[in-house]
Amino acid sequence: MSYIKKPSARNPSLKPNALGLTVRDYEGVMSTLCAGCGHDSITAAITRAFYELDVPPHMVAKLSGIGCSSKTPTYFLSGAHGFNSAHGRMPAILTGASAANRDLTYIGVSGDGDSLSIGLGQMAHAIRRNVDALYVLENNGVYGLTKGQFSASADPGSKSKYGETNPQQAMDPVLLALSLGATFVARSFSGDKSQLVPILKAALAHRGFALVDVISPCVTFNDHEGSTKSYRYTRQHDQEVVEADWIPPDFVPPAGEITADYAAGTSADVTLHDGSVVRFTKIPEGYDPGDRDAVVSYVRRKRTAGVVPTGLLFLDPGGSEMHAANRTVATPLAQLPYESLCPGAAALDALQRSYR
Amino acid sequence: MVNRFAFKLANVNGTGSASANSLLMQAIFRMGIPVSGKNLFPSNIQGLPTWYEIRVDRDGHTARTARFDLMVAMNAETYEADIDEVRPGGWVLFDSSWPLKPSFLRTDVTFLGVPYANICIENFGAARERTLMKNIVYAGTLAALLDIDMDVVQGMLAEKFGAKPKLMASNAKAIRLGYDYAKEHFACPLPIRLEAMDTTADTILINGNTAIALGALYAGATVAAWYPITPSTSVLDAFKELCEEYRVDPETNERRYCILQAEDELAAIGMVIGAGWNGARAFTATSGPGISLMSELVGLAYYAEIPAVIVDVQRVGPSTGMPTRTQQGDILLCAYASHGDTKHLLLFPGNPEECFHFTARAFDLAERFQAPVFVLSDLDIGMNDWVVPRLTWDDSYRPDRGRVLSREDLEALPKYHRYSPEDWQGVAARTLPGTSSKGAFFTRGSGHNKHGGYTEDPDEYREVMDRLARKHWTARNFVPPALIETRPNASFGIVTVGSCDLAVREALAELAENGLMGDYLRVRGFPFGPEVESFLRRHDRMFVVEQNRDAQLRSLLTLETGVAKAQLFSVRAYGGLPLQADQVVREVVHQIRETEKERPA
Ligand SMILES: Cc1ncc(C[n+]2csc(CCOP(=O)(O)OP(=O)(O)O)c2C)c(N)n1
Ligand code: SF4
Repeated sequence: MSYIKKPSARNPSLKPNALGLTVRDYEGVMSTLCAGCGHDSITAAITRAFYELDVPPHMVAKLSGIGCSSKTPTYFLSGAHGFNSAHGRMPAILTGASAANRDLTYIGVSGDGDSLSIGLGQMAHAIRRNVDALYVLENNGVYGLTKGQFSASADPGSKSKYGETNPQQAMDPVLLALSLGATFVARSFSGDKSQLVPILKAALAHRGFALVDVISPCVTFNDHEGSTKSYRYTRQHDQEVVEADWIPPDFVPPAGEITADYAAGTSADVTLHDGSVVRFTKIPEGYDPGDRDAVVSYVRRKRTAGVVPTGLLFLDPGGSEMHAANRTVATPLAQLPYESLCPGAAALDALQRSYR
Repeated sequence: MVNRFAFKLANVNGTGSASANSLLMQAIFRMGIPVSGKNLFPSNIQGLPTWYEIRVDRDGHTARTARFDLMVAMNAETYEADIDEVRPGGWVLFDSSWPLKPSFLRTDVTFLGVPYANICIENFGAARERTLMKNIVYAGTLAALLDIDMDVVQGMLAEKFGAKPKLMASNAKAIRLGYDYAKEHFACPLPIRLEAMDTTADTILINGNTAIALGALYAGATVAAWYPITPSTSVLDAFKELCEEYRVDPETNERRYCILQAEDELAAIGMVIGAGWNGARAFTATSGPGISLMSELVGLAYYAEIPAVIVDVQRVGPSTGMPTRTQQGDILLCAYASHGDTKHLLLFPGNPEECFHFTARAFDLAERFQAPVFVLSDLDIGMNDWVVPRLTWDDSYRPDRGRVLSREDLEALPKYHRYSPEDWQGVAARTLPGTSSKGAFFTRGSGHNKHGGYTEDPDEYREVMDRLARKHWTARNFVPPALIETRPNASFGIVTVGSCDLAVREALAELAENGLMGDYLRVRGFPFGPEVESFLRRHDRMFVVEQNRDAQLRSLLTLETGVAKAQLFSVRAYGGLPLQADQVVREVVHQIRETEKERPA
């Protein structure tokens, strides 16, 4: 285990954001992950995204399960409340937290073991409920923290560090999320910050559950020849198919209703609830990031051809998130005055007339 | 035999008998007579046998009894066993549309035949209506046989069907048909009969699950997460109904609550913990299998110190067990739920009235002690209607939110740490997400020191664990105290819990009539308070009465108090039916005789 110093050269702009905070203010304690671990790059991208979005750190709740990936919330936003929960159980805890306080921005960090094995059910149901959260799945194809067992996202035929060949099918969180009705589905690579940061920003601006699957090589247990989640393999097979940028509200004319109008081969704008815009700058011929079925078959076809398509692959800004579906009051439930919750003694008396 | 008898109704599940049976029970209640109704139903939706037992007792002994004066035999499939259950000299009311098999006839009981099926064919149209009305017709017969006040019955029908004249007419007709037939053919009333009293004037008829929902509503719970399971499901049904009534803004239609039907109990408890972490009062309701699933996260809430209220309406285990039968089999499971050193706060309501107050109190305790709190009810309390004093609420009540620092509190501190300093109760102040960056901390189920930082250091780890133990110990003075009743010259004590209450009191009265004087203690909270310790110290011989095989309460007492195992004799009933006084009397007398035999003369 080595400690990674965060070189200031990585953050040349220590210039304050709109809140007067620098990127430093969005960092956490020093990472204790292996040097070169993909997860650390994702942490840096998350830090950057929050900084650039001018989010007050204390208005963020960062939650995770258990695993190397799930350790990372300590490494960003030290000014936010964090919750390193139990293996595979973060989605439910995040859901309950969101139920209690809808004012906070939620980020859940998980691994492929945490999300696709022990926690598959919880992740699926958080998607189904469309909980308003950014969900980062740091996908390395192995169980890092328990030392290199295959995870459910290990590709068939890929080799473990110990030479074993994986005989089983791989679960693809992107296809899974699409089929479960996720309203925001993206895939990126931990080494591609220029792609990842805008995706994270768009995901945070999105109202609803935003799944961001990030291929994140495990240098210690899954970065060898034969692994399909190694740096080398990923660089060779990742293909950015959909390029998207996130543009804050004040950069565009005031938005009317939400539109999703994609023209193939060109660029398109999608306006989110907060007035910000996701600008798709590169869309392949015949691809429509608003057409769920088309995206599913596109991703499938690519996968069969051995290509891992990345980018903001699917976006439906119109889905109704958990609180909208519940018709929850605007004030966070945790902050409602007791007087507005208790019907009082007189009401109890009246009610009990029907218990006679 | 006036106002002291029991009768049982044998029906077929799914035929609409439940409403007729509760109509009878409610009518007797409105006549001011102490009454109880026990619904013995199968884990099935339609077609299997189901029973309803009604006991009236002018002295208020309304625990379950197995001695039936009258059987209302409406299920031909169970005739034989049902008829067998009637005490000699009793009565059997049956449908004489078909002849009874001669072998079922007993010479020591009186058979009262009413051709219910034929009456319904003659008087009602559709098949479903005939089936449903048959129940109302037998209710009419019972009104005549037992002298139930017909004005009360008519009044209840009017309340129920007033807005639906057609239903009103057919129900009124059905009652009349049954009533008139009895008056014409039998000597009414029977020697077992009712006479109006005034003991239930300021009482209500309520089941424990509704009372728990009310407790949660009044305590200000805003988040509830659950996964359906008998017998706890109706807690959430009732909570939802109450919230729709009291927590929806009439103008905007917006809800001041969020009820989450989780994908399983692992998620349900996770949601409660997430909401509690964020400062909402949150709860879940489940039964044994759900507690098993929740155990991992219960330990997380214990160690990370997050408030959570968990209602366990106990049913028969192990495994799926008998989902529609009652037991107190989760006492040890809940006391120590989860791996590692964990110990929780338990509240044991003994009736619906306590369900209401204890549930509200559970939220205060959970927030005061920043810990999971279990409310251990059971199927008997939860799903049966009980007569209890009218519930009262003190409008000056304000939630005890425990130690939560505001933004201003934090500004005044040089530095904030999550798990120190502690107060005299062993509690450290928490902060809620969204308050301020200065109060931000990292919640973890992994090893942490008193500042909240990750640790693998033995001393730092122990320091936090020792404080948690102190905190738990302090809570003994905050959980509801045991209920104690003493008799002069008592030679033994009975220690019991929860729904055993009525049967044990009745047993003590009966034992006293036979010269065996016993004191009474009903545990209502865990950790056990000082009053439990001193009761145990004062008695050489105690019987611990409970509804499980392994004497779990007795085990918990021996583990957590200074009592010697040899002082505690065990009386257990665990077949799944509510406890009866005669079971307790028989066991106590037997064990007293046994110990007397062993003593040298
Ligand atoms: C209930 C439970 N079972 C098993 C474990 C052990 N465990 C810890 S992390 C982990 C796998 C983590 O894999 P992943 O989520 O992919 O994260 P990574 O370490 O690869 O980032 C396992 C099996 C646990 N903590 N809890
Ligand atoms: S074991 Fe793998 S996943 Fe874990 S920290 Fe090391 S490189 Fe990262």
